[in-house]
Amino acid sequence: MVTVIHPNLDDTEAKMSARDVSVFYGDKMAIDHVSIDIPTKYVTAFIGPSGCGKSTFLRTLNRMNDTIPSARVEGEIVLDGEDIYRSKMDVVQLRARVGMVFQKPNPFPKTIYENIAYGPRIHGLAEGKQELDAIVETSLQRAGLWNEVKDRLEDSGTALSGGQQQRLCIARAIAVDPEVILMDEPCSALDPIATAKIEELIDELNGRYAIVIVTHSMQQAARVSQRTAFFHLGKMVEYGRTSDIFTNPLEERTKDYITGRYG
Amino acid sequence: MSLTILLLLALGLGLAGWLAARSRAWAFRRASGASAMAALPSYHGWYVALWIVVPMVLFIALWSIVGPHLVSQHVLASPAAADLPAFGFQRESMLAEARAVAMGTAPAVFNDQARALVEPYREAIGRYQAIGIVVTLILGFLGGVWAFLRIKPDFAARTRVERTIMVVLLLASLVAILTTLGIFASLVFETIRFFGMVNPIDFLFGTHWGPDPMSSAANPDPSRYGAIPLFWGTIYIGAIIAMIVAIPLGLMSAIYLTQYARPSVRAWVKPALEILAGVPTVVYGYFAALTVAPAIRDLALAAGMSNPSSESALAAGLVMGVMIIPFVSSMADDSIAAVPQAMRDGSLAMGATTSETIRRVLVPAALPGIVAGIMLAISRAIGETMIVVMAASTAANLSANPLEAMTTVTVQIVAMLTGEGSFDHPATLSAFALGFVLFLVTLGLNFIALRVVKRFREAYE
Repeated sequence: MVTVIHPNLDDTEAKMSARDVSVFYGDKMAIDHVSIDIPTKYVTAFIGPSGCGKSTFLRTLNRMNDTIPSARVEGEIVLDGEDIYRSKMDVVQLRARVGMVFQKPNPFPKTIYENIAYGPRIHGLAEGKQELDAIVETSLQRAGLWNEVKDRLEDSGTALSGGQQQRLCIARAIAVDPEVILMDEPCSALDPIATAKIEELIDELNGRYAIVIVTHSMQQAARVSQRTAFFHLGKMVEYGRTSDIFTNPLEERTKDYITGRYG
Repeated sequence: MSLTILLLLALGLGLAGWLAARSRAWAFRRASGASAMAALPSYHGWYVALWIVVPMVLFIALWSIVGPHLVSQHVLASPAAADLPAFGFQRESMLAEARAVAMGTAPAVFNDQARALVEPYREAIGRYQAIGIVVTLILGFLGGVWAFLRIKPDFAARTRVERTIMVVLLLASLVAILTTLGIFASLVFETIRFFGMVNPIDFLFGTHWGPDPMSSAANPDPSRYGAIPLFWGTIYIGAIIAMIVAIPLGLMSAIYLTQYARPSVRAWVKPALEILAGVPTVVYGYFAALTVAPAIRDLALAAGMSNPSSESALAAGLVMGVMIIPFVSSMADDSIAAVPQAMRDGSLAMGATTSETIRRVLVPAALPGIVAGIMLAISRAIGETMIVVMAASTAANLSANPLEAMTTVTVQIVAMLTGEGSFDHPATLSAFALGFVLFLVTLGLNFIALRVVKRFREAYE
């Protein structure tokens, strides 16, 4: 069974491409031959019922599955023409270029400033305090958090509200100037107001970074993304423009899912 | 002998009560249906059995304490006792002799006067034993009958049995607490006696330690009871040298085990480390005294030191440090493992390497737990006795040179209590004061450490 790809996809530059990617946990196959192009200038949403493998697939894009000893990845994932699993590119470089935001906000138990400065420090991006200050400020501004925290940069990051923590984590990811940002259900632990702010932020970041977002909420996918991929039982069932997927799904299972018949 | 039989009898009656009550409850259940019963039939059985066994056992315990007193009173009231010496050692020994013969544990009496008492004893013992048995049986019977009559379909036997079990468990935990309090009270009592003879100021701040158990107990020389050299030796060996060994090694092994080791490696390294914690400290003591201490002395000789001590603080401290490694390691292991996986993932996703993640995120986040673990380790090290008794000396030196002989609080406690002084001599009593100080310090360390650990846990829940 191959993925149904909508025919009217415009030709756009692909930032990352996956070719026949399968992921195994021990003997269990979690992802079954998925191929997809992640466009540079759009937000791509992965939707699907729980356990369909969308988060697993997202984590292969910056090799976060490496931290799970039993996980094994087959196939090819390319970032700007380089295979991220087999070329000389190491995970440190890869993750600097492909940032990640997690389901639950996970700021480090450090000050707000130190949370943002963490990435630039380990990658040696700033020479001197002034440059670092500038990076921190820009990142917080892009994440729409600067005005709320500029007077308390020395407070602990964990003292912020849930929504602010998640924006702090986005700012932390932005601080190393990545090319791709992966978001793994970034709003599932947040209330509707905080969710709205994150969605607004994703809109603003769209175009500057290639963004991939995993979400449980079809409304969210419809609101923030331009491309949508529907996953089911480890397979990518359908991929196309978000508007097409939601108004004119070609596959029966996609239709059932988006009309709320299961999942 | 009769005690065992009586206890068996109590259990037997209990079993009979259990069976009877259960079958009665079953009869109710058959008559009125399972849903009308407030408890399963076996709970009714337990309820009755408890009402038989508990009063009987309690009375047996009471009687085995009170009974002998009643027996001696009875004997003393008999005409044969009138000839006894009024008091003192002779009187006691005669009574004991007569009783032994009466109970059959001694073959015959030496003393003629005692012989006259054997018969009254035999009679009294027999009589009170009979009373005891009868009362026990009556109590068990009454308890059983009372409980048995209470069995009704809606009788909440289960709740009562559960409550009894709770009371038993509560009593069991009280034993531990009361024992601790008792130990503490006896320490305080003896310490106060010691401070009545030697001024606490002289004890806590004096710098010369050399109690003489042979000197006059009436007016001790307070200048010989300065415990500072002991405190220093304890801290130097247990909290400085041992920790210089244990903290880095323990921390590094914890980091390796939690972050780097594959599950298969961890599966045998961690138990191996735990075995280290299970080695009896006396074995560490041999190791320190027979292997490490001579090696250090030889090294010191080779380095040109003249006449180095064969009982150096260094030897005891090094071995103690090795002993403590598993404690530091397992506490650090727990605290690092308690840092949420999300922190680690967050750092790795930023492109940090494993060691950067450990250094900049995991260890700082786990620091309170690690510090608490180190405090527990120190508290254990300074209370440790066997290693220092075997490897450290008894010479109280106030020195910073690790190759010099030093002594610790625990060594001196052992030395003072196993000496030849009598128990009301200040030299012997000083052991209690030392123990009291040690107790307070380790208690304080444990208390602070546990509080830190608790707050640390709350931070991540």
